[in-house]
Amino acid sequence: MRVLGIETSCDETAVAVIQDGRIVLANLVASQADLHARFGGVVPEVASRAHVQTLNPLMDEALDRAGCRFADLDGVAVTVGPGLVGALLVGIAAAKAVAVATGADLIGVNHLEGHIYANFIEHGPPEPPYMCLVVSGGHTMLVHMPEEHRYRVLGQTVDDAAGEAFDKIARFIGLGFPGGPALDRLAKEGDPGAIAFPRAMIDTGNYDFSMSGLKTAVLRHVKAERGAGREVDTADLAASFQEAIVDVQVSKTIAAAREHAVKAVLLGGGVVANTRLRERMEKAGAEVGFGVQFPSPELCTDNAAMIAVVGASRLARGYRSPLDVSADPGLELA
Amino acid sequence: MIVLGIETSTPQTSVALGSEQGVMASTQLASEARQDRVAPILEHLLEWTGVELSHVGGVAVGVGPGLFTGLRVGVATGKTLAQVLSVPIVGITSLDVLAFGVRYTRRLIGAVIDARRGEVFHALYRGVPGGVMRLGEYGVAPPGHLAAELEAAREEVLLVGNGAILYRKELEAVGAGVEFASPPQAYPQASAMVELAVPRFIREETDRSFEVLPLYLRKSDAEIAWDQRARGATA
Ligand SMILES: [Zn+2]
Repeated sequence: MRVLGIETSCDETAVAVIQDGRIVLANLVASQADLHARFGGVVPEVASRAHVQTLNPLMDEALDRAGCRFADLDGVAVTVGPGLVGALLVGIAAAKAVAVATGADLIGVNHLEGHIYANFIEHGPPEPPYMCLVVSGGHTMLVHMPEEHRYRVLGQTVDDAAGEAFDKIARFIGLGFPGGPALDRLAKEGDPGAIAFPRAMIDTGNYDFSMSGLKTAVLRHVKAERGAGREVDTADLAASFQEAIVDVQVSKTIAAAREHAVKAVLLGGGVVANTRLRERMEKAGAEVGFGVQFPSPELCTDNAAMIAVVGASRLARGYRSPLDVSADPGLELA
Repeated sequence: MIVLGIETSTPQTSVALGSEQGVMASTQLASEARQDRVAPILEHLLEWTGVELSHVGGVAVGVGPGLFTGLRVGVATGKTLAQVLSVPIVGITSLDVLAFGVRYTRRLIGAVIDARRGEVFHALYRGVPGGVMRLGEYGVAPPGHLAAELEAAREEVLLVGNGAILYRKELEAVGAGVEFASPPQAYPQASAMVELAVPRFIREETDRSFEVLPLYLRKSDAEIAWDQRARGATA
């Protein structure tokens, strides 16, 4: 069975072709980062315009690399939310057109489910239940997954997403947009214990997250240093800021995994490309005896292979989406 | 040759199937809330007419100007259908379709589509044998600017489009020489688009599929703000 995956929920136009559930035949991502860089963030209208321009040639190229034609497709999986509504609609329109013209089954996919299923591309699914930490530019959430395609969100950020906080601080210290990867690199040269930033909501006993206090603390620190005539060591700052975020995420994830007696912890989302988070979570998992899985960095960031994998799994279980399925910008994981 | 037409520049979604012989099926669905109904409507049309997509020889798609989100749904659908079916595509502007619908008038034709934010997309036309000829460029401006332009033309004019209806008062100020087309003609219809497109497919004057893109005529807000800041900085 061959499934085409289409992902246009934010600022990456992505197309993939997979076979037999999780064999990736092609996985292409056209990043728009350059288009948004001067605005310091993703501009929805700019994103939508780029999708409508890029998507069709990208489909051609993906099929070409996969060595198949539209007629060989059995299913079309497309992200229907959460995300930018105008951007989502471009991918959905194209997916429906492919479904109508080829007779392939249409399946709408939750982007967050895609980030979780990205784990199964390289390793296949371990034994459920799972505890999932999804961290990206738009989301920070802990999700209990008792079995495949079933979710209960235990907690999420009450303000900014982790990726957003990374981008803001990166911009603040002059690393440009998107700044996550640059901050990760810079942090490697710094001391994570240099500055004692607050560990927000680490002891609240629930699974919610908050970034605003940490952000304020970083800004206050920089102001104080400059006020005292000292130069800010950006490497130490990056490392300490990153450590404060990672500490909270690791401790909450492990606590939730224990409480729900899961067998495996799955990480997903663009922030999971962060080397420190991967390292610390793996170590913590080993200490308490949980398997910790995370996708390769290129499958952590937005891609269409993860959407196709969810689609294939759902199609195999008999799910289908009607042709009037629409974009749901606030779609929840359920 | 069967041509599929998709027009989504305005809050009306319009899909039609037709050929040299005329229209086989056509729908107009006004829905502000849902601008993404093209695929289910198309499926109904195929079912009702018994036409199979494999018999469609060309796709005509409305490229605006119009409301961006709906427009992109139509363009993405049309381009992808043409791509999957390996058939040629023709992009046609919403204003051309509106003017074509009233081509038998001897007046100057002004096609006017609501662009939101107090502006209209517009273009002027004159009826010629077999269709209309556009005079000048497509534009976006407040209706008052268009009224001034019409006044300067000193000619009897027929205004057509949902923008003309919406700003009737401002545009009537031009004087007694202005007439308004009736509301059913105010939205670009896919059936008229198919009629316009068929000769182009026959003459093989088609577009490169990947190059068919919406005609925005207006930058995104973020780009406008950026340009203003940039101008401010150099001033
Ligand atoms: Zn994502």
